[in-house]
Amino acid sequence: MKIVIIGCGRVGAVLAEAFDTAGHEVVIIDLSTRAFERLSSEFRGQAVRGDGTDEDVLRRVGAVGADAFLALTEGDNRNVMAAQIAMEKLEVNRAMAKVNDPVRAAAYAELGIATICRTTMLSDAIQTFVGLRGSGMPSVIDAVAHHHQGPPPPAGAAAAVGTTGAAGAAGGKA
Amino acid sequence: MFVLVVGGGKVGYYLTRELIDSGHEVVLMERDPGRASQIADEIGSIVVAHDGCEGKYLDEAGCNRADIVAAVTGDDEDNLVICQMAKHHFDVPRTIARVNNPTNEALFRHLGVDEIISPTRMILGSIEQDIPVHELLHLAALGDSDLEIIEAHLQAGSPAVGRSPSELSMPEGCSLFAVVRNGVATPLRGDTVLAVGDKVIAIGGTDCEALLRDQLLGANLEDQAVAGETATR
Repeated sequence: MKIVIIGCGRVGAVLAEAFDTAGHEVVIIDLSTRAFERLSSEFRGQAVRGDGTDEDVLRRVGAVGADAFLALTEGDNRNVMAAQIAMEKLEVNRAMAKVNDPVRAAAYAELGIATICRTTMLSDAIQTFVGLRGSGMPSVIDAVAHHHQGPPPPAGAAAAVGTTGAAGAAGGKA
Repeated sequence: MFVLVVGGGKVGYYLTRELIDSGHEVVLMERDPGRASQIADEIGSIVVAHDGCEGKYLDEAGCNRADIVAAVTGDDEDNLVICQMAKHHFDVPRTIARVNNPTNEALFRHLGVDEIISPTRMILGSIEQDIPVHELLHLAALGDSDLEIIEAHLQAGSPAVGRSPSELSMPEGCSLFAVVRNGVATPLRGDTVLAVGDKVIAIGGTDCEALLRDQLLGANLEDQAVAGETATR
């Protein structure tokens, strides 16, 4: 499989190495070359400095037609935009964006991107640890409306998603 | 009209002021509390000091009853998400995004943003208007003489198209010596017929440039525009 990862933070770096060890073709992109110090010297994939929300950059690193595209930077919006570019412009098969705001995470699943929400994951894990019941929200929300062609679904498509429980921190810049 | 402006930079600030002056109801969202209170001091308590990308705060700012949401922060990804949340989550009828990277324009449009304003594109367009397209390109100067190698890119309407070099009257001391066609350079012979898209390479003194331009490129753009105008009158 060809896997493109945006953001070489802790999670990005761990995944890059895991996919590489498993024999997959990995490209990892980050705005800072220092971030690549997290990768071990055994990493055989491509590590490219660049902006993962820039379509030209993504094309240059060969993201077109990738099997999986994982946007894992510290910025919710950057992740969402990168994943949308991947799905809409680069014929990527599956795209996932890390979105720490639960409202946005649910809304974007409705727009065709799988999302993973750290806020929901952590708060549920902690509530379970102290013996409470969590939110019951899945930590990974798979894409509901898959890869729309043309204009997105009409307004109201995401109306089913509640606006309560938005406790997530705003996506800061990495 | 109720307009929700997100981003309290220069653009958002002046936009908000203008909208208020023309009698609209406006709420401005600015996530930096310092900047937000500074603006609130100046134009009143219509500023929400929160991140307009976050669903919860958009809701609190009254996004669901907004007629227009204008996302004018300095970050394209933020503006995209603000407009998409407004459109798909809050049913806002009209969304406007500022786009800085021109390559993002098509994506934003495709993803349902109603209106796209690209300052980069606007300034670029304005600069390109000032650069004559029909221009000779100076490739290199030859040693100490005043001779130089010049390239002329033939476009439709050029008087040289369909003619051969022997039919053109070259200024004295100037010679055409090669043509680049489809990326292939060939020596220019007396009977070569020139075509649109050809790049003609010439050697000449700087003083013969005006004549060379007349022969290879034709009247310059401004003259053409004036000629066109008088013709339609």
